[in-house]
Amino acid sequence: MSRLRTGDVARLAARGLRGHPVRFLLSALGIAIGVAAMVAVTGIAQSSQADLDQKLDRLGTNLLTVLPAEDLNGEQTRLPPTAAAMLRRIAPVTAASAVGQLDDLGAYRSPYVPEGQTSSVVVAAVDTTLLATVRGEVSRGHWFTPAGSRYPTVVLGAAAARRLGIETPGTRVWVGDQWAVVVGVLAPLDLAPELDPAVMLPAGSAQQYFGSDGTATSVYVRTDEDRVAAVSDVVPATAAPESPELVSVSRPSSALEAKLAADDALDQLLLGLAAVGLLVGGIGVSNTMIIASIERRSEIGLRRALGATRPHIAIQFLAESLLMSVAGGVGGVVLGSLVTAYWSRAQGVPPALPVWVGALGIGLTAVVGSLAGLYPAVRASRESPVSALASL
Amino acid sequence: MTDAAVIECTDVSRVYPGGVRALDRVSLAVRPGDFLAVVGPSGSGKSTLLQLMGALDRPTGGEVRVAGTELGRLSDGALSRLRGETIGFVFQQFHLSPLMSVCDNVAEGLLYSGVRHRERRLLAVDKLTRLGLGHRLRHRPDALSGGERQRVAIARALVGDPAVILADEPTGNLDTANGDTVIEILRGLAAGGTAVVVVTHDREVAAGMDRVIEVRDGRIVDVPDRVTG
Ligand SMILES: Nc1ncnc2c1ncn2[C@@H]1O[C@H](COP(=O)(O)OP(=O)(O)OP(=O)(O)O)[C@@H](O)[C@H]1O
Ligand SMILES: [Mg+2]
Repeated sequence: MSRLRTGDVARLAARGLRGHPVRFLLSALGIAIGVAAMVAVTGIAQSSQADLDQKLDRLGTNLLTVLPAEDLNGEQTRLPPTAAAMLRRIAPVTAASAVGQLDDLGAYRSPYVPEGQTSSVVVAAVDTTLLATVRGEVSRGHWFTPAGSRYPTVVLGAAAARRLGIETPGTRVWVGDQWAVVVGVLAPLDLAPELDPAVMLPAGSAQQYFGSDGTATSVYVRTDEDRVAAVSDVVPATAAPESPELVSVSRPSSALEAKLAADDALDQLLLGLAAVGLLVGGIGVSNTMIIASIERRSEIGLRRALGATRPHIAIQFLAESLLMSVAGGVGGVVLGSLVTAYWSRAQGVPPALPVWVGALGIGLTAVVGSLAGLYPAVRASRESPVSALASL
Repeated sequence: MTDAAVIECTDVSRVYPGGVRALDRVSLAVRPGDFLAVVGPSGSGKSTLLQLMGALDRPTGGEVRVAGTELGRLSDGALSRLRGETIGFVFQQFHLSPLMSVCDNVAEGLLYSGVRHRERRLLAVDKLTRLGLGHRLRHRPDALSGGERQRVAIARALVGDPAVILADEPTGNLDTANGDTVIEILRGLAAGGTAVVVVTHDREVAAGMDRVIEVRDGRIVDVPDRVTG
């Protein structure tokens, strides 16, 4: 039997593609775009997931947010001043920090802001344990210190600082009808984003200087990791024994997870589009190979005269199709990885692209290349040697 | 009839689909060392005869034996092997690839024999050197003259040391001087024991060969003015 070595098949395929470099590049590009889209969509989704996992690892999933609801008259209710202390008595609760929004107070950069111009920030009295309970981070300055909390000092949420245009600790801010000193600015709070626009006063000085009555508009509760659900059940009656039905309990880490899950649906759609792109790329490769099998009839005839069997001709064309497709696949994986890396950098998220994504991308192009080359290969191998040689 | 025939045609016919009878009961034997010309007008069936002798095609009637094997019963794979091992083809259009060097074009003659790439190249260099193209190994065929290209094609046909060389109008695209060189090379091969069959409609070329067969309307006719000696 005639025989064709594996190394020679590879050599033949590479040479065949060199014959029409532009055509080869364009066909490979079609595949590359589809694969790049797939890799990028997966890479971005994986990076977001990894980022969330990391965040939740740091933030914990054992935080509960306790909120009073509106009563039957549509009035916003408040939790009693004892709520946090009562909640702390539940055995698995490790921390409970109250926040009491002071609706009558505004905060401005100066007392000369025209009357009637509403403050874009809220003022709230907070327990000094709050930062630790929500595992927040200070981006500038510091959190309330025991010494500082005797004077009117405030800490700004990230959005509050932006809206007031205050960057540096030490700046004065006009709260209600007096000056307070900004001692710190927080980084955005992932588990309590509702506090980002808050100008926070320590509960003690809020009662002393700003007329706070100690009631709460929310309480943040940390519990034992394994007892979150059980604690959540007893929270309403503990926080507001008189009207437990007006207390709602939520778990902010679930909201973060749900947001990512919602992105999943979009990812599926994008993956579907990428798959269609890959399919179109495969059709392009197939088309290129059919054209090649027609143009290269005399080459086929010559090879048959030199001893090539039909399978030898088929393998040559199949190998070209495979090589073209896989070359596009490799390019696509590189491109998709670059997009993922660029996106991660822009989002400040650690890039996560498992090796299996690249392997799958290239494996998929190998399948596409084989399928795309099948018909052209069979077609080329069916060519009769005599008519193929006569065609020039 | 001292040697066994390498190619033997017995009452061979080839009717193409549509009813064209390109060959009609042709009998012919080619022995080692034969230097045979096939002549005849255009459309008489010369190429058809050569294709049948070269196992590129199967007859619709009669028997073709190549190296003792009857073609009619062979599979496509077996025919391919026979072509690769026993026969070297030379074409009017050279059929060289512009993507490969001269050396690689010749080495391609052994591609389907299982010989390794390195060894194929060595054998190609050897054949090319013998044909006076040792200085052209790395060039592309486009850089060569027509005569040189046909010598490259002959080297490719020879690289597997076939028992028969079948050449269809090998001088058709060449001027007289280059054509003569090619014929001289082929004569040398025949002298070395290879059977050489050349299809040509150049009477002068044919006249210089040992044996001339004339084909008309698919049949072999006797050549009255046969050169003797
Ligand atoms: N594949 C084919 N299908 C149908 N008819 C064919 C085919 N190949 C050749 N023929 C016909 O068979 C006859 C012989 O053709 P062939 O090519 O053998 O002639 P030739 O002697 O080589 O001619 P030329 O000198 O022009 O090359 C011609 O009438 C030709 O038209
Ligand atoms: Mg002809």
